[in-house]
Amino acid sequence: MSDELQTAAAWLADRRKVALATVIQTWGSAPRPAGSQIVVRDDGAFLGSVSGGCVEGAVIEAALSTIADSRNRELEFGVTDAEAWNVGLACGGRIRIFVEPVEE
Amino acid sequence: MKRAILDALTRPAAGPMIRALDRETGQERLIDPFSDETPLGLAARSAARTDVSGEIEVGGRTWFLEVHNPPLELVLVGAVHIAQPLAQMALLAGYRVRVIDPRAAFATPARFPGVALDQGWPDEILGKSPLGTRSALVVLAHDPKIDDPALEAALASPAFYIGALGSKKTHAARLERLSGRGFDGAALARIRGPVGLAIGARSPAEIALSILAQMTQTLRT
Repeated sequence: MSDELQTAAAWLADRRKVALATVIQTWGSAPRPAGSQIVVRDDGAFLGSVSGGCVEGAVIEAALSTIADSRNRELEFGVTDAEAWNVGLACGGRIRIFVEPVEE
Repeated sequence: MKRAILDALTRPAAGPMIRALDRETGQERLIDPFSDETPLGLAARSAARTDVSGEIEVGGRTWFLEVHNPPLELVLVGAVHIAQPLAQMALLAGYRVRVIDPRAAFATPARFPGVALDQGWPDEILGKSPLGTRSALVVLAHDPKIDDPALEAALASPAFYIGALGSKKTHAARLERLSGRGFDGAALARIRGPVGLAIGARSPAEIALSILAQMTQTLRT
């Protein structure tokens, strides 16, 4: 239904591996609401967004790990994060993201 | 996400659906929010109505309810100049766009790339594929023969936004005609006219922007 899921279906039809990352919860002024999704292909191609572009790189990396080991992951980002100087939300919000494989 | 759930969610013409996800166990369920009467189903119904995904506790378990609503739809009646930028802006905002105009010279694919064109009469077309709760309709034709039947069809539907282009004078005359057709004040108050937010719009693109802004305001606030 969404462009992201349509793309995931097309990639799977091409026999590619796919992971899905979903915003589960947000606190403060997070840029994208719960339910926002990114689909990631095994070569790093992606569609969608879970933030204003601040944490997408880290999410895609986690998604590639999930494609490799078929395990779910949870990520949390916020300015209070230890990695804030590296990957964080400049807006001051906090988000939790669930990463899962899309498979049989 | 299981492949079977993805397939169900990406089926053409799928209705509103909710994926319920238990992150602890990884278990997921697909819920039809308008037929499932269990506590989880009722929570899913509320999520589908408000179009808001989020976590909820039901029976001691925490479920993430992921809303998959059908796309928003914009129906433009009258393939006039303003319809061109409005169609493109609405596509960018995630709407499926349909343009209805019985005048073949107006509704051409060259003028409306990416848009479904119907060269028929609005009441017939909207009778066959009616407006739903996620539909918006804007009449732009300036011709009561085309605009009025479209407004009547929209007023009989649960469309979330109904707009009509025209000056205050044009709009007053339009309301009088519709009132004569049996629509009461509450029904007529659903029509936004003069259409769009008052942002001093002048060009067709600016007017389109004011209309899309008003549609967004109606949908989200």
